[in-house]
Formats: sequence, C-alpha cells, structure tokens
Amino acid sequence: MIGKTLRKIYIGLVILFMYAPIIVLIVLSFNNSRSRVVWGGFTLKWYSALFSSSSYMNAFYTTIILAVLSAGIATVIGLAAALGITAMRKRNIQIMLFFTNIPLVNADIVTGIALMLWFVRFLPLGFMSVLVAHVTFNMPYVILCILPRLDAMDMHQFEAARDLGAGIRYAFWKVMLPDLMPGIFSGFFMAATMSLDDFVITYFTKGPGVNTLSTKIYTEIRKGIKPEMYALSSILFLLVLIILILINVTGNNASRSINKTIEEK
Amino acid sequence: MKKKIMCLIMSVCMLTLCACSATGQTAGEDNSEEQSLTVFNYGQYFEPEMLELFTKETGIRINYEEAATPEELYTKYVSGGISYDLLCTSDYMIKRLIDEGEAKEVNYRGMEHFKNINPEFLKLSDSFDPGNKYALPYFWGTVGILYNTTKVNGPIDSWDVLFNGEYSGQIIMQDSMRDSFMVALKYLGYSLNTTDEKKIREAADLLKKQKPDVESYLVDEARDEVVAENAVMAVVYSGEGYLGHEYNPDLAYVIPKEGSNLWVDSWIMTKNCKNTEAALKFLDFLCREDVAKANFEFQYYSSPNKTVVDKMDETLKANNAINPSYDSLKDCEVFEALDEKTTALYSELWKEIKSE
Amino acid sequence: MKSKKVRVLAIPYAVWIVGFTLIPLMFVLAKAVTSPAGGFTFDNLLAIFDPVNRKSLILSLLLAFISTVMCILISYPVALILKSSKIKNKKILMFILILPMWMNFILRILAVQMLLSKNGIINHFLTMAGLSPINIINTPYAIVFGMVYDYLPYMMLPVLNCILAIPDDIIEASRDLGANRLTVLRRIIIPLSLSGIGSGITMVFVPSMTEFVIANILGGGKIQLLGNIIEQEFSVTMNQHLGSGLSVTLMIFVLLTTLLFGRHEDTNKGFVL
Repeated sequence: MIGKTLRKIYIGLVILFMYAPIIVLIVLSFNNSRSRVVWGGFTLKWYSALFSSSSYMNAFYTTIILAVLSAGIATVIGLAAALGITAMRKRNIQIMLFFTNIPLVNADIVTGIALMLWFVRFLPLGFMSVLVAHVTFNMPYVILCILPRLDAMDMHQFEAARDLGAGIRYAFWKVMLPDLMPGIFSGFFMAATMSLDDFVITYFTKGPGVNTLSTKIYTEIRKGIKPEMYALSSILFLLVLIILILINVTGNNASRSINKTIEEK
Repeated sequence: MKKKIMCLIMSVCMLTLCACSATGQTAGEDNSEEQSLTVFNYGQYFEPEMLELFTKETGIRINYEEAATPEELYTKYVSGGISYDLLCTSDYMIKRLIDEGEAKEVNYRGMEHFKNINPEFLKLSDSFDPGNKYALPYFWGTVGILYNTTKVNGPIDSWDVLFNGEYSGQIIMQDSMRDSFMVALKYLGYSLNTTDEKKIREAADLLKKQKPDVESYLVDEARDEVVAENAVMAVVYSGEGYLGHEYNPDLAYVIPKEGSNLWVDSWIMTKNCKNTEAALKFLDFLCREDVAKANFEFQYYSSPNKTVVDKMDETLKANNAINPSYDSLKDCEVFEALDEKTTALYSELWKEIKSE
Repeated sequence: MKSKKVRVLAIPYAVWIVGFTLIPLMFVLAKAVTSPAGGFTFDNLLAIFDPVNRKSLILSLLLAFISTVMCILISYPVALILKSSKIKNKKILMFILILPMWMNFILRILAVQMLLSKNGIINHFLTMAGLSPINIINTPYAIVFGMVYDYLPYMMLPVLNCILAIPDDIIEASRDLGANRLTVLRRIIIPLSLSGIGSGITMVFVPSMTEFVIANILGGGKIQLLGNIIEQEFSVTMNQHLGSGLSVTLMIFVLLTTLLFGRHEDTNKGFVL
C-alpha cells in the first residue's frame, strides 16, 4: 500500500516538474502587464488582440500546417526506412544509424545555413524549402522512435500469420502495424514537436513572408516577448490537448465496441 | 482503432496538403498589377498596423521579414535567397553594406516628408554614410545603466559602479561583445572605436576582473530582471531604460558621465531594389508624422523625427532615455566598423572573458 | 523479414539523406577546411584544442552526460510504474508526460527562468514555507535543470514505448519459474529496454551537446558551452569558417561516441539474449 502511494507521489512529482512552466506561461497569457515579471491583473485582451492580428494568425496556421505535414511525411518515409533498416545486415544498420544521427549532431545554425546555401541553388526559398528542411531534421526522431519498438517486437506473430497463409501485405497491416502503432505515433508526435520548436533552421530556410510561431518568438526575444505570444501558445497547447483527449476517448470507445462484438460472437 | 488513428493522421496530412497548396498558390501568384516590396527589419521594430495602412493607402503589398541581430540580418541578406528591397539595420552594419556596394543611392531630399527628419541626425549619420547618400535615420538611442533607486547607495552617474565591486552579484552586463567592451573602454577613458591593441587588452582585463561580480550577461531580457528586482542594475539600451521605469517606478536610467555609445538605426535601399518608386513611397511613408508617432509608441526608442519630439507630452520629453540632453551626449560616440584584425582580437578576448 | 523487398523500403530515406543531409554537409566541410581568405587549412578543425574551446567542450560533455543520466533516472521508474500499474489507459498517461513539448521551447525555458530566478516563483514558495531560498540561476545547475526539463520527453517516449511493448507473458512466465522482482528487472526488463534507452540517449545527449539557448538563458551568459561558441562564430563574429570547423570536429566526436556506444549495445544484447 505504501509502495502504491509512493508511486503515485513519484508520478505526481514528475508531472508537476513538467507542467509548472506550462502553468506559468498560461497564467502570463492573462497578465494585464506587458512585462512578464509584473502582474498587472487579469485580462483577456491579448486573446482578442490576437485574433485581430493577421500576422500572428498567419504564423499560427503556418506553424500547424508545417508541423503536421512535415511530421506526416517524415513518419511515412521514416517508417519505411525503419522496416528497411531492420532487414539489413548488422554492419549496414550501423552505417544507416550513423547517417541518421548526422542531423541530430549538427548545431542548428550550421544545418540552417548549410541548407540555405544549398537551397538557393535550385529551390526558391518559401514554404517548400522550410518543409523540406523540417522533414530532414524530423526523420531521425521518427526512426529512433520506431526502431526500438521493432526490436522489442515479437516477430513470431508475424511469422505465424505468414505461415497461416497471410500475404506479406496483409500480415503487415494486420499484425505488424498495430504492434508498431505506439512507436509510429510517438515518432509522429515527436517530429511534429521538433518542427514546432525549431527556429534557427526555419529562420534561414524560409522565404519572405513565411513565419512560424518560433521564428516570431525568436525575433522577439531581444525586445521582449509580446504577451500575444503567450496567448497563442496557450491556445495551441489546449488545442493539442483536446485533440489527444478526443482521439483517446473515441479510440477507447471503438476498441471497447470491437471487444464487445468479439465477445458476442 | 489503431487503423483509425493512422487514417486520421493521413487525412489530416492530405487536408493540410490541399490547404497549403491553396495558400501557396495565392502567395506565389505574381499578380502583375499588384506591386510588392520585400522589407527587412529587426523584430518588434515596426507597428504592424502601419504596414496594413501602407498597403491600404498605396496598394503595395509588403513582405515583412525580421531578424534578431545585425549579423543575422547580414548573413541572410548576402546569401541571396531572398531579394530584399529595403532594410533597416544598425550604423556599423549599414557602413559595411555601403562599403560592399549593396546600397543604392537615394535622393531623400526629394521626398515629401523628409523635412520632418531632424538635420542633427543626418550630421550624425555622416560618420557611417558620408554625404547622406544612402541611409535614412529611423531610430536612435544610447546605452546606459538601468538601476533600482531604492537599492543603491548614493547617486549613480558613472560606469564605476559596475567595476568597483560595491554591487557584486547585482550587476547585469550586455551579452554583446562590442557593448561590453564599450563600457570598459569608456570607463578607462578611451574611444570605443580604438584599434590600439594595448587599450583593448586593458579593457578585456577589466572585464575579466569584473566577471565574478556579474550576475548575468543578458540582452534585452536584462530589463525584466531589474524590473523583477533580481538585480540592482543592468547595462541596457535606452528604450529598455524607459520601459523599465514604466513597469517599476523605482527604476531610473542614466547615461554615465564618461560617455557611452550613441547608435542610429537607418533604412537603406538595396542594389537589388527594382521598384524604386514604391520603395521611395514606403520611406516617405515612414517619415510621415502619424506613422513615425505610431512606430515610436510601439517600442519607445528615440525618433529622429522632429514632429514626434515636438508633440510629445512633457513627461516623455523630460525623460533622459527618450530625449537625452545634448550635454549628456557630448562624450558619446557612434560605433564604426572595426578592421579585421581588431575584430579577431575582440572575439578572441570576448571568448576568454565568457569562458573564465 | 530479411528479404530484399523490405530493404528497398529504405531507399527513399537514403535518397533524402544524400540530397538534404550529405550535400549540405559538404558545404560545411568545404568551409571547415578553408580560411576566410580562401585557401586550404586545418586550423579550423584543430581549433577545438585551443584552451578556451577545449574547456567548453569538456563542460558541454559533462553537462550533457549529467543531463542524460538524470533523464534516464527519472523516466525509467515512470516506465516501470506504468508497466506494473493496472491503469487501463496507459497511453493517456504517456501523452500527459509528453504534452508539455507542445508549448514553444523558448517560452518554456523563459518560464523555467522565472521559476528559478532569485525572486522567482520557487523561491517565493520556499520562503513562504519558511525554508531558505535556492540560488541556482546562472549556474551550471540551472542549465542541467533546463536540459533535463526540456529533453525528458525525448527519453520518456522511447523508454516507455520499449518497456510497455515487453509482452506480459514473458514476465509472468519468469515469475512462475521463481524469479523475484529484481531478477525480472535485471534479466528481462532492462535487457529488453536497452534499445529504447539507446534511442533516448541519442535524442538527449546529442542535441544537448549543441544546445545554446538553454545555456544562454539559464546560465545567464556566464557559462560557455561549445554550442554557444559555434553559434557565436556564426552570428556574432561572423567567422563561418571557424564555426564550421568546430562544428565538424564536434560532429566527428559525437558520431564516434554513438558508434562506439552502438557496438557496445549490440554486444550486450547478444550476451543477454
């Protein structure tokens, strides 16, 4: 019993550690003062100012589109790559992992400037160039999330399905993919997060007028972050929270009803 | 259920793909009737509503780009990935761009609202733009000390308080190579543009000796730290000096008596600018009374525009961060671009100071 | 699964790596071995041995190492607790743990600064509770705090994924065969989660080597990590050649360590399984 409470306390502490800064930021979005260290009373004015500012809203849309799109592309290519890599010989796996790590190791500013120098030769800087850059630095995260899952997976099930006459595609979709799903999902999630957080690479590869929340924040650090930014980030945070809850709730209902039908049969 | 998630992810991807190809089209479409300008400026340095107003009045669309530091602005500019028409940056970077032939000569005197610009600042710009052929002053200011009047013993009027150890652990310095060296050089009584290696090394030794007393090296966040009373004093730019006082009335800003850095940020038209007529319209728009006022009130750096200063209310006019007296400016100097050897020396010494 | 067909799946990725990782890397390499005036030189690569740079490298390594170990120590128990708990919906808990990443990174670090600073929120609570305030802002401790805070999810995700994927039957079977908890942990869970930890280490250790924003904001600019120096060569002193050189040496260094680590992990696995 004591063990159980201790566990709960531990998880609680970890969650507190992770959420304390988030709470601070959400509180700041209601702060009537422009300075982040002075509490000027409660206000909703930053939220209303936000919706009337086209530059913030554009940055908001670009950020979301970019995050989802780059994470999506990276997940598809990365999943294929992870499957391919595990089928390789050990030595080749090592080589592939070596190259996978390169975008992680390079300092952002080096990657950003190098990509910019490369892009100006054939690709006009704009939304596309940022997208390509984001997919590039997202893929390692996807692969690193899926590979361990593939390693820990019980391949016998897949082989059993094959032995029982399932085609390779069928066995993949029905047996392997469901098992890989958590890895794929966390890869996608992490990729989207990386895309959301990056500012240096985006800054150097973006075209005129293309802005994300991060590049806006980055240029604002020097003169002080505008409170609208806290409001916008809080909205984004809540949006993702709601989406995740929805997925979980509908997902659970779906799996429950499937279980039910199986039991009935 | 897992398939569902996958479907969801895929459909979201498809949707966004459609959405962005749609937006991409509208953005990329080069409407021949619509004129546009690509403008490069520091972050938070322009009232966004004024950009909208300009488009409304003239029909010229603005692609607005921002940079955090002059060096970043330069790196991005010279890569040539984006063809900028106009850019705004600091004195020494303006000089570098002019020297490299990146700027286009502009006849500012032909502009309708140019008369609003105080000639004093054209004289000042002469040091980095001889003959005022290229640069149009946008904002100017000083570097000084923002301090908490309730926590200091006696008046603050000298850089000495940063070096005498009295406020050990309570000082925030600028996390910028030239600004920190400027403080030490001025304190020692040298010019901030000196290329004398001995003087520069002396300044570096002083900064090294000072480091244990320094609470942190920050940029403009320094203002918030003093406002929150995490430190007693900080070296800041004048705009932050004014805002610091706004947020916490106990704070005051001073330009030390040894003199300091006087800086001017200006606009130049780049050599790539094709639509000079539209660009001139934009520059003229900036000098207009209402626009200059809106931009001034957006961030409270001093404006070289006479109409703004004349119509300011008395408290603002009397504020030494916004409207310093000529007397306090007499020992202030404008940064000049340093030669390669001195730059290398500066960065080597700065690295040593920072990693002490 | 070891068929050629499957290996083909890695081709798009390989093409992408060549096109957008290796070719841009060539630009960096070219800069690294030339001087600003033009002409071939090894100076930029050897600059890592300068006393100032070497000191930052060692400090970076140390802080990255401590942060990585702390991340493992924090996330492993979480994964174990979740594994053994009877909560049906483990996924939602997992999401709760990684959701903070959807707040912008710079904003989060600024918030951490507000928590830790002298008159910050934590000290406010501490003095209210009659305890003595902590003073870690602008020290290496604050940087480690920030790095652990920021990179914890990158460790949490792969470790959780891996441990939750271990089939319960294996654990039950070994329990039935008389293994006690510790043995199960030592002989089954830890070996099976090694690849997850490996991924986590890469995702935490490697970026924390090149990080500069955390060190700038939480270290108060008083602590120079190698990431800060590289960033400054590019954005302050504008010596892109030296910056590239330092970056390339750092890259070689880190890639070699991960390669060594990868080998080590493989032999381990072979031994246990």
